[in-house]
Amino acid sequence: MSVSKPLPHDSGHLHVQGTARYVDDIPSPQGTLHLAFGLSQIAHGRIAEIDLQPVRDAPGVVAVLEAGDLPHSNDVSPSVHDEPLLSGHSVHYVGQPVFLVVATSHLAARKAARMARIDYQPRDAILTIEEALDADARFEEGPRIWEKGDAEEAIDTAPHHVEGRIEMGGQEHFYLEGQAAMAWPQEGGDMLVMSSTQHPTEIQHKVAEAIGRPMHAVRVETRRMGGGFGGKESQGNALAVSCAVAARLTGKPCKMRYDRDDDMIITGKRHDFRIDYRAGFDSDGLLTGVDFIHYTRCGWAQDLSLPVADRAMLHSDNAYHLPAARIESHRLRTNTQSATAFRGFGGPQGMVGIERVMDHVAHELGLDPVLVRQRNFYAPASVLAQPASDVPKDNSPENNAEPPEAGVDLTSRGAVAASSQDAAVPNAGGAQTTPYGQPVEDFILHEMTESLMQSSDYAARRAKAAEWNAQNPILKRGIAMTPVKFGISFTLTHLNQAGALVHVYQDGSVHLNHGGTEMGQGLFLKVAQVAAARFGLPLEAVKITATDTAKVPNTSATAASSGSDLNGMAVKTACDEIAGRIAAHLAKLHQLPADAVTFAEGRVHVGEESYTFEEAAKLAYEARISLSATGFYKTPKVQWDRIKGQGRPFFYFAYGAAVSEVVIDTLTGEYRILRADILHDCGASLNPAIDIGQIEGGYVQGAGWLTTEELVWDDDGRLRTHAPSTYKIPAIGDVPEVFNVALWDGANREDTIYRSKAVGEPPFMLGISVLMALSDAVAACGTGYPALDAPATPERVLAAVQRVRDGV
Amino acid sequence: MQTNLTINGTPQRLELDPRTTLLDALRHHLGLTGSKKGCDHGQCGACTVMVNGRRINACLTLACMHDGDEVTTIEGIGQPDNLSPLQQAFVSEDGFQCGYCTPGQICSATAMLEEVRNGWPSHVTDDLDGGADLTTEEISERMSGNLCRCSAYPNIVEAIRKAAGENA
Repeated sequence: MSVSKPLPHDSGHLHVQGTARYVDDIPSPQGTLHLAFGLSQIAHGRIAEIDLQPVRDAPGVVAVLEAGDLPHSNDVSPSVHDEPLLSGHSVHYVGQPVFLVVATSHLAARKAARMARIDYQPRDAILTIEEALDADARFEEGPRIWEKGDAEEAIDTAPHHVEGRIEMGGQEHFYLEGQAAMAWPQEGGDMLVMSSTQHPTEIQHKVAEAIGRPMHAVRVETRRMGGGFGGKESQGNALAVSCAVAARLTGKPCKMRYDRDDDMIITGKRHDFRIDYRAGFDSDGLLTGVDFIHYTRCGWAQDLSLPVADRAMLHSDNAYHLPAARIESHRLRTNTQSATAFRGFGGPQGMVGIERVMDHVAHELGLDPVLVRQRNFYAPASVLAQPASDVPKDNSPENNAEPPEAGVDLTSRGAVAASSQDAAVPNAGGAQTTPYGQPVEDFILHEMTESLMQSSDYAARRAKAAEWNAQNPILKRGIAMTPVKFGISFTLTHLNQAGALVHVYQDGSVHLNHGGTEMGQGLFLKVAQVAAARFGLPLEAVKITATDTAKVPNTSATAASSGSDLNGMAVKTACDEIAGRIAAHLAKLHQLPADAVTFAEGRVHVGEESYTFEEAAKLAYEARISLSATGFYKTPKVQWDRIKGQGRPFFYFAYGAAVSEVVIDTLTGEYRILRADILHDCGASLNPAIDIGQIEGGYVQGAGWLTTEELVWDDDGRLRTHAPSTYKIPAIGDVPEVFNVALWDGANREDTIYRSKAVGEPPFMLGISVLMALSDAVAACGTGYPALDAPATPERVLAAVQRVRDGV
Repeated sequence: MQTNLTINGTPQRLELDPRTTLLDALRHHLGLTGSKKGCDHGQCGACTVMVNGRRINACLTLACMHDGDEVTTIEGIGQPDNLSPLQQAFVSEDGFQCGYCTPGQICSATAMLEEVRNGWPSHVTDDLDGGADLTTEEISERMSGNLCRCSAYPNIVEAIRKAAGENA
């Protein structure tokens, strides 16, 4: 059977020959026009006067559009219509698109865009957390607050306390393929769009609004992306909409791609966070209560910031049972790029908060941080009863009588503000609950951590590092283990659905389509493995095809790690429908029950008889049996009230743990990751090779976020790190010298596709162990607590070394 | 201005603006889209091609500077039914995730292995005259100009090591 095998990536042969096509590689029809934005040069203000005549006069320019020239909707927001495609008179960040140039070449468009004469009336720009708090510039009416028990009381009455603050920077996606889109006008005003997007349905929706046509007039196709990481969930809207509007206007195909600097200046990034914390605990390090205040810079528009900030709150516990907790979250409006989805979607930031608390508690008590972490873990799944059946009371959104707000793209995570459900969660097994009331029924980190402690030889290496540090005044080593418990499901419950379309042709070949998009994570391969397994066919018999809104409608973004969970199940349903029809027919021919028909090794077995799959397909065709089916899946059990912070937002949790060892140079602050040992839970893996790749890549990307990747804005709100020359993502030499990655052997407790687990985001947070290992190394320099902020650049490490030596 | 290049063994006569980069000449004028534009700054390596056998960032050099030169792109390294050992190894080791950096990685690694065969030392080579063993450190140092945002690096190292072993 094709599932569970480490099959190589389906596009591998194309990748190594350079023939795998990305949007910018699709041959453009003759006469294709190229687009570029003219960008705001100030962070906040009004445009007093704008003279675009020099732009119009520039060579190759066909048209120049301002906000007032747009024929229909001027909106590319995935949430609350607060993000115009073109700015109009008010500008809100340096890099905001002000006007659109349509020209005969990419270069001509970009050159012309720089020739505008714009007089600005600058206003005070809100750039920092303090400025936003002073101005009360925020999304939603005030901070969101969730509480479990009386945290203040629990902290105040505890024998020990820590309090502190950690700041963590944002992160540029740096998908190696920049944003790109192309639109071809079709007959009757229809539009075909090729977009490098994680969310073709949203592109379809936004394009339809912008050209004033129903969604049926717009078809969006996405074969693959050169990386997405969340940066192509909503940030591709502006390019696709621009192309469609310009194509409608000129009647010509239009194409747009951002140059790297423009991409970094225009598009949103991971949210940076400040977390203030206060915790009470006993002398064993067992927490009695925690108080977190999250401050996040959301940028100028709402985008997906509410669910991102929610997910940060939802991961404030990570793997730890918090008897009492209070979490307050401020979603601040600043005159910077509108921060957006990025692998983990706020989860990593929330998790760094509690991991810092664990580290701080252990330092305060002089205990091994691993011990403190283990003591605070949730109770193990092994002591609990089997999972409860489906929730008795159905609060799912389909039973919501409230009509949704008009014009909201319901397939966007940004629609979260429009939705809230009553959610009471049964807890049959008596499991410990998260601060938001979800029982933790599948907790396997006790066993996983124990296993990792052994395989990584943690105890001996920790002792050795201490010995080394006692003998070496300049170089200091640090070692740390951090766990991951990551919630799997879209927190906006209705997004947890997927569709598929499967055809079997008369030669027995299979055409596979579903709503998920491929960005390198191997989704297409995993889902094709499922289809092949259902028909008992080799993988080569299944044709993987581009995501296409005309084949599967109303899809959710490929996001929240949900791609294979959702689409795999939808494809399974479709395949089983067709296989069931074939089986019924063959069973009838042989006067046997349908369950006497099996599909295996390319053949269809009927009792003692056997046909090739091709013969079976032909027989079914001749008997006038439909060999095409759609499949649909919706995740069971999930329900969530985001205002109260109560419910079961997640179908299940994915787990992992990492031990990282680093060495720092206390004279320069420079460091290296010497070794990483990872044990990660993918349930019963659909493809161990793909999953290990996701784990290695996630860990390194997470470590990059917390170490070298630093975004710097100047006092005028200009992003100064807008190219790889100044913004440093991990290179090949930044991978740990020793890198051991293993999969935890165990099936998902919940009924997912072949009992596998989602793997896209969870391993990203294994990188937190690097930050904690650096903190451990710095702590070896003195008696003070390092209080290391992120990204822990060499400068920050050096400063922390100084603080620790001074005993601050 | 007129520029004569031999691309993957085929002579090409191009009429180009002298400011056209080699990368744009390949992608826009010759339709060879295997070489990717990742950053256009010579920092990411996605555009790596070989000029007279040496690897070069095609985005950082002008096409007209290479009049008479032999350029090898990813399209010229192997054929669908006859992949080079490196290409085969990248497939078998999954030396990619999204694949966007892959053409550059393979062009870079092809030239890099030739540099090693010719005894060129790198920054981390101990013996400047004695040649280098292809340790992970050597491969990492020599491939440091090719970024992979998916961080498929462990598999990239494995693929290069495998291809080098087969050639040795």
